[in-house]
Amino acid sequence: MSILTTLLLLPLFGAIVISVLPVGNAKLIKQTALGFSLLVTAVSIFMAFSFKSDEAALQFTETRSWISAFNINYSVGIDGMALALILMTTILVPIVFLAGWNESENGRWSVKVFYILLLILETMMIGVFAATDVFLFYVIFEAMLLPVYFLIGGYGVGERAAAAMKFLLYSLFGGLLMLAALIGLYIISTNQGGGTFDITKLSELTIDSTTQNWLFLGFFIAFAIKAPLWPLHTWLPTAAKSATAGTSTLLLGVLDKVGTYGMIRFCMNFFPEATKTFTPAIITLAVISILYGAFLAIGQKDINSLIAFTSISHFGFITLGIFALTSQGLTGAIFYMVNHGFSTAALFLTAGWMIKRRGSSQISDFGGLQRVTPVLAWSFFLAGMSALALPGLSSFISEFLVLVGSFAKYPVAAILGTTGIILASLYVLIVVQKSLHGETPESNKGMLDLNLREKIAIAPVIVVLVVLGFYPKPVLSVINTTTQTIMTHAGVSDPIAKVAK
Amino acid sequence: MTTSTNLVYLIALPLFSAALLLLLGRIADKWGHIFATLISASVFVIGVAEFFAMQGRDGEARAATQKVFEWISVGTFQVDASLLLDQLSICFVLLISGVGTLIHIYSIAYMSHDHDRRRFFAYLNLFIAAMLLLVLGDSYLNLYVGWEGVGLASYLLIGFWNQKPAYATAAKKAFVANRVGDLGLSLAIMIAFTQFGTVTFAGVKEGASGASAGALTAIGAMLLLAAAGKSAQFPLQSWLGDAMAGPTPVSALIHAATMVTAGVYLITRSNFIFDASPTAQLMVVIVGAITLLFGALIGTAKDDIKKALAASTMSQIGYMILATGLGPVGYAFAIMHLLTHGFFKAGMFLGAGSVMHGMNDEVNMRRYGAIRKVMPITAATFGLGYLAILGVPPFAGFYSKDKIIETAFNAGGVEGILLGGATLLGAAITAFYMTRVMVLTFAGTKRWDENAHPHESPFLMWAPMAILAIGSVTSGFLLSSGSALVNWLEPVVNEHHEHHAEEFLPPIVVSIMALVFVAIGVAFAILKYRTVPLVAPLDVSVFTKAARKDLYQDSFNEAVLMRPGQKLTAGLVTTDYKVIDGLVRSVGWVIQTTSSALRSIQNGYVRSYALIMVLGVLALVTAIWMVTL
Repeated sequence: MSILTTLLLLPLFGAIVISVLPVGNAKLIKQTALGFSLLVTAVSIFMAFSFKSDEAALQFTETRSWISAFNINYSVGIDGMALALILMTTILVPIVFLAGWNESENGRWSVKVFYILLLILETMMIGVFAATDVFLFYVIFEAMLLPVYFLIGGYGVGERAAAAMKFLLYSLFGGLLMLAALIGLYIISTNQGGGTFDITKLSELTIDSTTQNWLFLGFFIAFAIKAPLWPLHTWLPTAAKSATAGTSTLLLGVLDKVGTYGMIRFCMNFFPEATKTFTPAIITLAVISILYGAFLAIGQKDINSLIAFTSISHFGFITLGIFALTSQGLTGAIFYMVNHGFSTAALFLTAGWMIKRRGSSQISDFGGLQRVTPVLAWSFFLAGMSALALPGLSSFISEFLVLVGSFAKYPVAAILGTTGIILASLYVLIVVQKSLHGETPESNKGMLDLNLREKIAIAPVIVVLVVLGFYPKPVLSVINTTTQTIMTHAGVSDPIAKVAK
Repeated sequence: MTTSTNLVYLIALPLFSAALLLLLGRIADKWGHIFATLISASVFVIGVAEFFAMQGRDGEARAATQKVFEWISVGTFQVDASLLLDQLSICFVLLISGVGTLIHIYSIAYMSHDHDRRRFFAYLNLFIAAMLLLVLGDSYLNLYVGWEGVGLASYLLIGFWNQKPAYATAAKKAFVANRVGDLGLSLAIMIAFTQFGTVTFAGVKEGASGASAGALTAIGAMLLLAAAGKSAQFPLQSWLGDAMAGPTPVSALIHAATMVTAGVYLITRSNFIFDASPTAQLMVVIVGAITLLFGALIGTAKDDIKKALAASTMSQIGYMILATGLGPVGYAFAIMHLLTHGFFKAGMFLGAGSVMHGMNDEVNMRRYGAIRKVMPITAATFGLGYLAILGVPPFAGFYSKDKIIETAFNAGGVEGILLGGATLLGAAITAFYMTRVMVLTFAGTKRWDENAHPHESPFLMWAPMAILAIGSVTSGFLLSSGSALVNWLEPVVNEHHEHHAEEFLPPIVVSIMALVFVAIGVAFAILKYRTVPLVAPLDVSVFTKAARKDLYQDSFNEAVLMRPGQKLTAGLVTTDYKVIDGLVRSVGWVIQTTSSALRSIQNGYVRSYALIMVLGVLALVTAIWMVTL
């Protein structure tokens, strides 16, 4: 059994252990869950150290026959991109546990169910990035909606049932399209000498351009819903408004990345020609997302929907970087996925603490927090600085790489995208001013600052944002190898500078 | 090029100190200000040591570099965290750490009653670190980190008392206006990388000679936009007046002596771009000329002493920007004026702070008057700064400003006459508004609030003022004797020794003309402000009304940008809910209605979803089975 499979099964094993613990002992359940998630973090870090960053081939691979009649396998393996995203996931999960220590207690179901769902979700989140069999990917892609559905519908706030349903409907629609495309792909592989779901083999198929276009769209729409691209985004703010801070963190920070990950892993890999055909349209949608998300964020009254709309803007940047298909754009986009995970976690968790203390998520209900809860205010402020991609924080590097990488090929899109940095300063500083600055109203004077547990939860997120802002090399070098492989496969090379050195 | 190992400490020390003071919190309240001041002083000491080390090296070896670590490496986009200390950056290092340390010392007393003094000093150290990175980075991207870093420090310091909503708004306004400029810097870097495949100063310089005029003009225009944002130049000038919300030492350090001059640094550093693009240079001189008059006009009508000085800063930086647009010969004079301005304007701001300190934070000059009698040291140091900004020989401004006026005339032709005329006119208006400040504050009779008991400030405050006053007197002479600064900067800004432009007018004539214009401005102000009403009169000319309203800069921005922007945002929010999400909701409604007939809605969805998933997998399996046959 490879270390990857161990990593994958560990949270599931944790869920099984928790399922035999007594329902009444919430503390024990939480501690067990936290313990398992930390163990997963440790194993993933150990795995990262044995990963060879300059090797292009998939690593820690393992293949076991699953449904041999149809050549469906349990096969896993990771490249630099998958490693980066898995590490992000395994680091975020214990942080989410710690940050929302009590958020499971007012749910429809017990604390026990909450942690079982989250640990199952962690297995799936690792699996979805590790799967190298498209069938396996698809099954996890669909199945992971269920724990999220229950987490929103069972433990959220406000109109949680409606929000969960909307999320499900959207995903269902995307999933069906992907399923159709998947069947098509399998048929083609069968005609070309043996049906397969193996990613590498599928990427070597010859597919005529009309078919490519249709299959591309099937995958792309599913992914564009997941990493919401305008105009398929409206489920996200609704979900973010109702979900707990921890669920939102995992939903936007990790699950949505499956969308942008899928665009690279499947859309580009399987359908290079269709990718070229649709690139202008997708770049247009990406730029619309950047600006639209930013404008909508400026106009939000609810702090969680504001964060959701900033994410729509950021997913626009990621999509722009991917389809620019230059090494800076692509590496920037993949690095952006990682940074956005931590950046969004910082925003949702700090906003969640503010909401919990104030009993409202309306921005206008806050104010003057800097003087009553300085540590919380600083954490929220730094999260905001990361959202506006302040240099010195990691999100700056990824955003700049995306823009500089798209500029050479799509200058207009890059220029429009760059105006997003002005809008970002508005959507961050307006909420910062309204919630942290000004006189402290009576209603907020008794608010308590972060306790030790909360400080321990937020500290690693901020450390990651700062450290990778100064020294991104370890992550970038891992991603660079993936980027080169993708570009070689797509047969593109970087534009050459006009004035030779 | 020499390799150094010390440069990184110039940045690392204050950065570490800022982080430490912020992380320790109240534990560091007792000693935080002392610690931060010592750090700033030690940075100055390192700077001085580096300066003398440079003196000992000749020619090519004079500049020093240090590669700290490999920062970003993606494809051909290679950016190291590398520092470059050359003849240009050392000027800034000494100015930033020197004036910075004086202002740290001043602030120990000025902020002594503030509950959050430690936090204030942490921000000051953060600023020093970011500003030094800005001037020491060896590439545009390193510069960019410092560039936004000083923007952050400025934001935090303008909003230091952000419990007052107006101050918080001022801080936000400064950040957003600066981000508009940052858009320019970002795009300049992208164009440079696309053109030259590198973003280091050396690499871009090398490539610039082979680039097309269009590309160079585009880079130049974007750099100018960046400079306009940071240096409060037209049309991005409107934030500087509001930035006076910050504590006065901040206004002296950041919003007068150092950060706001970063635009001048950027253009001077990019001389190889501007020298190769006459179009970009023309844009630079136009922006400079407009701003120098714009700021001067606003300065004539402000009753708030800090806002009057802020308008003056805007105008003086206009002079510097104008000079940088005048080609190789202009850069050195721009930097010279930047340095002398650093002394006299910081000195005057500290003087204003000293007056405020003694007057219960009163900023309205109409409530001042006769301060010289109670605050003689403040009056004297401020007076020396006043003589320096007027350009009275032999004070500092005489050397630096007259050179700019002279060079402007030497641009030749109609352009020369227009630019020279603008600088002369600016000098007259400067003399008017500065005399107005002097008269309203220090001369005449007292018009104080009854609770005001002005007194001279303590030693820790007046000592820095005195040192800056000495600089206001001597710096111009020192920098220009034997063309010291011009020769020093020559390797950076003018490698080709082509600065023998034809003289339009002999220097002595320019100086006499300038003095005549200044005398007229002074005379006007003295005549006009023999009596000062406590409340600003309302029956004033349209010009005064416009100047009081900052020439309607805010009204313009609100009408053209803010309100349409708000409408657009509101419109999009409605569209998103009604149209895009409306469509989705109606689809959802249809499904809901059809399925609710069969089962309860909640669990029904999950079940039907699971069912569809199973069916889907079955369909897939069937399909596979069929094709396998």
